[in-house]
Amino acid sequence: MNDALHLHYFVDGDDFTRAGEASANVKKTLRQIGVSPDAIRRVAIVLYEGEINMVIHANGGVIDVDIAPDQITMVLKDTGKGIADIELAMKEGYSTAPEEVRSLGFGAGMGLSNMKKYSDEMKIESTVNVGTTVTMKVNLS
Amino acid sequence: MTIGDIKNILGCKVICCEERLDAEINTACGSDMMSDVLAFVKDQSCLLTGLVNPQVVRTADMMDMHCVIFVRGKMPDESMIELARERGITLMSTGYRMFTACGKLWENGLRGGN
Ligand SMILES: Nc1ncnc2c1ncn2[C@@H]1O[C@H](COP(=O)(O)OP(=O)(O)OP(=O)(O)O)[C@@H](O)[C@H]1O
Ligand SMILES: [Mg+2]
Repeated sequence: MNDALHLHYFVDGDDFTRAGEASANVKKTLRQIGVSPDAIRRVAIVLYEGEINMVIHANGGVIDVDIAPDQITMVLKDTGKGIADIELAMKEGYSTAPEEVRSLGFGAGMGLSNMKKYSDEMKIESTVNVGTTVTMKVNLS
Repeated sequence: MTIGDIKNILGCKVICCEERLDAEINTACGSDMMSDVLAFVKDQSCLLTGLVNPQVVRTADMMDMHCVIFVRGKMPDESMIELARERGITLMSTGYRMFTACGKLWENGLRGGN
């Protein structure tokens, strides 16, 4: 595999139809450089969940992905409304998504726990009315 | 069974990627909630859904699925078809409702997997 590779994306918070474009691009890149299918699947799921959250719960933001030989690090940063109680937000089934989000197929309150499950490390930093930064790592070995 | 077998069983109209009807489908799932597909699906390679928006195709792509079937005769728009084409995901539409569509596939031996 190549040396460390860095990918940067802007996620438009007003365009639900394009949410997931960054994740799809990362997935394609990982496939091209020959990352294992299992790691690709895990990165795809956690990144897509995070990207969707940035669009439905915040106003979009930026995603940075670092691909090192042994580990993929994803940082999702938004300047949305923030998460007041992170422990509560992590609970399966907890969601503040409005009905309109549910009618789009999201808002079951499964995303954050899914991100935790499929990443090897996850950290959420959030300040109400300032924004949220989610950092996730997936090991490649 | 193959995507082509599913097409015959459900009387599907093929919307795109018809050249991939030979692809093997081992297990399938049915859901209108993409959240649940992302959280509970493992190796199911076919999704039946009544939801029609681009995130259906994106979710299927993230889960490495080969085929999406819209129930109740629903049809995706051009932007969704384009997304699916780029990703090589076969889109089909059946007139059956979710319960009946899943039941017919089950009856013919297709299972839900783990
Ligand atoms: N980036 C974010 N900014 C603000 N709030 C967030 C953010 N991400 C998650 N949350 C809050 O945490 C809750 C739980 O998030 P989670 O992803 O687990 O579920 P969901 O997005 O509501 O539904 P699902 O992910 O199943 O579609 C959300 O409903 C929301 O209140
Ligand atoms: Mg979510």
